[in-house]
Amino acid sequence: MNSSRFSWHRLRDSQLFWPLLALALIMLFNLFFTPGFYNIEIKDGRLSGFLIDILNRGSILMLLSIGMTMVIATGGVDLSVGAVVAISAATATVLINPALARQLISSEELIKDVTYTPLWLCILAALLVSTACGFWNGLLISRGRIQPMVATLVLMVAGRGIAQLITNGQIITVYYSRYFFIGNGYLLGLPFALFIVAFVFLLTWLLARRTAFGLFVESVGINGRSSYLSGISEKNIKLIVYTICGFCAGVAGLIYSSNVKSADANNAGLNLELDAILAVVIGGTLMTGGRFSLFASIIGALIIQSTTTTMYALGVPAMAASAIKALVVLIVILLYSDQTKLVLGRVFERKGVQS
Amino acid sequence: MPAEPNTSLLTMQGISKSFPGVQALEDVDFALKAGEIHALVGENGAGKSTLIKIITGVERLDHGRVTFLGQSVQARSPQHAQALGISTVYQEINLCDNLSVAENILIGREPRKFGRIDRRGMQNRAREILARLDVDIDVTRDLGEYSIAIKQMAAIARALEISSAKILILDEPTSSLDTHETENLFQVLHKLKEDGLGIIFITHFINQIYEVTDRVTILRNGKLVGTYETASLPRLELIALMLGRTMGDFNDMAQIKLTSGQHQQKEPLLQVRGYGRKGSMQPFDLELHAGEVLGFAGLLGSGRTETAHLLFGVDKPDSGSFTFAGQEVHKFSPAESITRGIAFCPEDRKADGVVEELTVRENIVLALQANRGWFKRLSRQQQQELADKFIRMLNITTPSAEQSVKNLSGGNQQKVILARWLATNPQVLILDEPTRGIDIGAKAEIQKLVLELAEEGKACIFISSELEEVLRTSHRIAVLRDQQKVTEFFGEVDEHTIMRAMAGSGAGSEAT
Repeated sequence: MNSSRFSWHRLRDSQLFWPLLALALIMLFNLFFTPGFYNIEIKDGRLSGFLIDILNRGSILMLLSIGMTMVIATGGVDLSVGAVVAISAATATVLINPALARQLISSEELIKDVTYTPLWLCILAALLVSTACGFWNGLLISRGRIQPMVATLVLMVAGRGIAQLITNGQIITVYYSRYFFIGNGYLLGLPFALFIVAFVFLLTWLLARRTAFGLFVESVGINGRSSYLSGISEKNIKLIVYTICGFCAGVAGLIYSSNVKSADANNAGLNLELDAILAVVIGGTLMTGGRFSLFASIIGALIIQSTTTTMYALGVPAMAASAIKALVVLIVILLYSDQTKLVLGRVFERKGVQS
Repeated sequence: MPAEPNTSLLTMQGISKSFPGVQALEDVDFALKAGEIHALVGENGAGKSTLIKIITGVERLDHGRVTFLGQSVQARSPQHAQALGISTVYQEINLCDNLSVAENILIGREPRKFGRIDRRGMQNRAREILARLDVDIDVTRDLGEYSIAIKQMAAIARALEISSAKILILDEPTSSLDTHETENLFQVLHKLKEDGLGIIFITHFINQIYEVTDRVTILRNGKLVGTYETASLPRLELIALMLGRTMGDFNDMAQIKLTSGQHQQKEPLLQVRGYGRKGSMQPFDLELHAGEVLGFAGLLGSGRTETAHLLFGVDKPDSGSFTFAGQEVHKFSPAESITRGIAFCPEDRKADGVVEELTVRENIVLALQANRGWFKRLSRQQQQELADKFIRMLNITTPSAEQSVKNLSGGNQQKVILARWLATNPQVLILDEPTRGIDIGAKAEIQKLVLELAEEGKACIFISSELEEVLRTSHRIAVLRDQQKVTEFFGEVDEHTIMRAMAGSGAGSEAT
């Protein structure tokens, strides 16, 4: 009895508790109100259904929230990830484009299933460019001592312009079918994008928790001065988290452009930075920095995505969808506030005494 | 118009104020006369700033009576205080660099013409006020273009303009000024005094108290020690009163014999020559040997913390040489120092020391891990062993190593920081006020620990505002005053002698 109550407390204090509870509530809602939500069918060796759809469509947000988590853990924020998604998408698609979007070519040639740049080079270039974007943010913030919100706002605004320069102002459509695999392919019956998310997650998690990097990030986020006096290079830690964030946005850009088979400099990844920040906050990482959980942020991203998917499934009109999404977020955030926790805590305590 | 000289401007009686857990002020009396400069002194935590905050309406008092110009009023807010004629110039100059001098002085009270700001009128008014301070500058230029001294003058001008002030409060106005600039400021203060203003002057520079003030009120631990005519209070006694020892105490001070001094090495481990930094510490020489505890005695602002920062590389020196273990050192940063084997336990435990939301274990391994780099991560088990070892060794009271450090008491937090540094196995340990704000038992434990560390062959620098503690724990004592290293004492020495050195000229310094 005593030990079970102890573990209940530990469970409730865990950063994962509230995000998992919120996700469970959404899933419970769907169990009763969304017919066929839990159906998973196998079509041509591929799993399909709402659950798979949430994971598949959520992959971009999950990637962004991985990078965003560590940025927020240092007490910063990266507003440029949406724009970096566009830059990455633009870079990859332009390189795939047979004419590199620089000259007019006949439409037969344009829609041929070929690329003159090797696919690996297109992907590498997109990742390098987006990582460089993150590095630039990191330089401005750690070396230039510019406030993160201001520094990344620069790239948020300028980034779309850069993407337009890359695409020469056009919306680039991809006809090279091998590229589609990244965002549309299936492996072992699951969307290939999920494997990419899992890979990036694992890599970041290993860096954060199997080296001392995660501890330093948290320490810098809680008290930069103490960390500096303890010999931690606050500057380098910040530089690296923004670079990682840029890299994650780059991967997300590849999935995005592959999924929609095109790159639109103006709309690719639009407003995604806000969803990513929201996912991290729902995951329980404080905007002021400090303790973070990559896994909780992933849950946060899934909460956002499953809310969206639920509304599609229920046929909620698009205009009402944003308002309902906001309502769900509001409830989740209220659940997190210390005040609510205090009240809920009292309720739980009382029950504990009675039983 | 300002009141006649020698009439009472402000009288405060039986002032008490408590914050959760702290009695900040207890039954304090204070009186300010027109036409006087009144010093308010005391070490950290004495209650100076609380008293000022009550006068300026930032805090409300719990008990007591305030009489201002013969009427019983108390400032309800800073705005109300200004309306009454109480102006304050804070330690950090809170003006805007990107506004013109005139705008800075008159912001919020710009003269108006037809509902619009009268720029010319504003500039003339600003020039007038500055002329009163003997400052002649172009008031249309941005304040940022001028020196700190001019900014200080602008801050004072603003304070005077705000209320056609009757009381002017200056909180450490000279801490960022050089000698010449300070002299100018003092001339201005004399002039204002002749105009009948009452000036409250807060400073940590003993010389300045004697240079410029008429009376001095001393606070200690939230209690009033007394108000004295500055001229008739010997320096030595002033310091004794600030530190809380009476002359009689000195002789029967029990000196604890230090056996550990015998292990001291001949060759210095750390040696600096002409080492200093403009604005924080004048060039000094210092040697530190393995196996000794070197105490720093000096009042707040004498350069104790600044010296520690210079030695640890928090601030970079602009002159002198630094030799460590026979090798000259050129790169200065905390990380470099840790690699060298120097550790620094900072004065402000909360802001510079603990990382509050991290656990005791994480706090303890932090510096060692930073020194090892990310990839040589200490395994969870190694961390656990390290934490357990130091929790036992330093007797840290915590439910477990996984407790957040913020839930620990001050003394235990301090021990955690000590553990963080001991974990790096340093050769030199610089401890800045390691016993501040912690209970007597923990204090004694930390003092004992410092001596034991010296016995093991580590070199320690021990900084404290409590002279008794410095005497008890140090083999050698360096005395600092007004950002200079004044002298050193070795072996048996009594408090009296050290205080004389801390007080400096005018106290009949006959240092041995």
